[in-house]
Amino acid sequence: MKTFRYERPADPAAAVTLVAGTPGARYLAGGTNLVDLMKLGVETPELLVDVSRLPFGEVEETDTGGLRIGAAVRGSRLAAHLLVRERYPALSQALLSGASAQLRNAATIGGNLLQRTRCLYFQDVSKPCNKRRPGSGCPAREGAHRDLAVLGASEHCIATNTSDLAVALAALDATVHLTGPAGVRSLPLTDLYRLPGDEPERDTVLRHGELITSVELPPPPHSARSRAPLMVYRKVRDRASYAFALVSVAAVLDVRDAAVHEVRLAFGGLAARPWRAREAEQALQGRPATEEAFVEAVRTELSACRPLRENGYKLALAERLAVAVLADLAGQG
Amino acid sequence: MGRTAVTLEINAQSCAFDLDNRTTLLDALREHLGLTGTKKGCDHGQCGACTVLVDGMRMNSCLLLAVALDGAQIITVEGLSSDAALHPVQQAFIDHDAFQCGYCTPGQICSAIGAITEAASGWPSAVTPQERPLGPVPLTAPEIRERMSGNLCRCGAYVNIVNAVTEAAEAVGEAAR
Repeated sequence: MKTFRYERPADPAAAVTLVAGTPGARYLAGGTNLVDLMKLGVETPELLVDVSRLPFGEVEETDTGGLRIGAAVRGSRLAAHLLVRERYPALSQALLSGASAQLRNAATIGGNLLQRTRCLYFQDVSKPCNKRRPGSGCPAREGAHRDLAVLGASEHCIATNTSDLAVALAALDATVHLTGPAGVRSLPLTDLYRLPGDEPERDTVLRHGELITSVELPPPPHSARSRAPLMVYRKVRDRASYAFALVSVAAVLDVRDAAVHEVRLAFGGLAARPWRAREAEQALQGRPATEEAFVEAVRTELSACRPLRENGYKLALAERLAVAVLADLAGQG
Repeated sequence: MGRTAVTLEINAQSCAFDLDNRTTLLDALREHLGLTGTKKGCDHGQCGACTVLVDGMRMNSCLLLAVALDGAQIITVEGLSSDAALHPVQQAFIDHDAFQCGYCTPGQICSAIGAITEAASGWPSAVTPQERPLGPVPLTAPEIRERMSGNLCRCGAYVNIVNAVTEAAEAVGEAAR
């Protein structure tokens, strides 16, 4: 590992100033991904600015009945939080299906959202990778890409985003609050992430020195009849536990009078960002909540898939998973 | 530059270090304090052999920079027994022959202690039924398998590890009552 300076500033403004003023600086929170990447030589910061003790450790209700989650909250605490379990069960499910208990105890919400891809070539500094070294090439297209993207990829990069949390937050219409050298701003979570295009080195729209301070959720949708939140996160992986998603789905569905009143659907494991399935949502709005309608809508969304030699299985998997999840939710409503 | 003064409370003893910033908690324990009970397996947070308790929470010590833990309370496998009596989880691992080579065992034991605490605190896992009422989660075999999935055992002693954790959870629960 390359040597680096370490600072633990007392307040967010000082942290932003430190990182903004040092091109090779990185924020450190739980460190479960960053420290690993430093060991691998993928990340070589000259300065780590520790933000894990800044006052972003609270989970609180908002005035509108939503939830504000501090960026420094650890994943395990958020998954166990009573308000999350009662009102946003898909969020708890997504967190608990990711990583191991040890990692969830250390990793923060902000860091989870900014984790880097697990593409083998990105993590191996002896190989070319356009995300790690722009212009060096992408061996994944011809090589090991079974886990990689089928939607929104480019000739330069087919990496996937591996955060389960981000997929659930995408379906829950979360907003990300940021602070940075130019002040504070907020973004829909789905706008935080970029598709690779010809700049795969940029995972997100964050500017250097910008820091996630919190994630905010609007009030949860409820069915007209019951007070149970109609949402679910389901993940398919190679092992029963402690593995990244091959495909995952987060869905919110409210069926009234046998028709789709409200639907939100997001896929994980398919793209460089959590894939909010807006075409499928549009196709379903107001339609009868039948399996045929679900299949048709999901196929419309997935028609943009461009699979490679080894990852074409993701299309059938994503379709069946999404249809099964929507059918289950429709049956519960 | 590149070094920082750090104080950690390790197994109830205050330890002051002047550390290279790159030092992980795992290396601080093994190389600076000679506490070699905590094992280095993969050194990338994938195997769980390095699991210790940080402020009561189980974590992978190989992924934690020691400088970032200033003031934290660390418990390693060396700090579990008291007055020559083994911790109930340690005793259960012996009683159930829950290891073969033993390399993963310190991490398994620290992780099991964390898992028992988390379940007793009502923390759900990925296999906890959503409709379950709030409160302590019983550590059934499927719960233990899911909650211990961050600890690999290449000898494959998993069957007996589940038995050991099952019994230890009951013993710890009874002691708490």
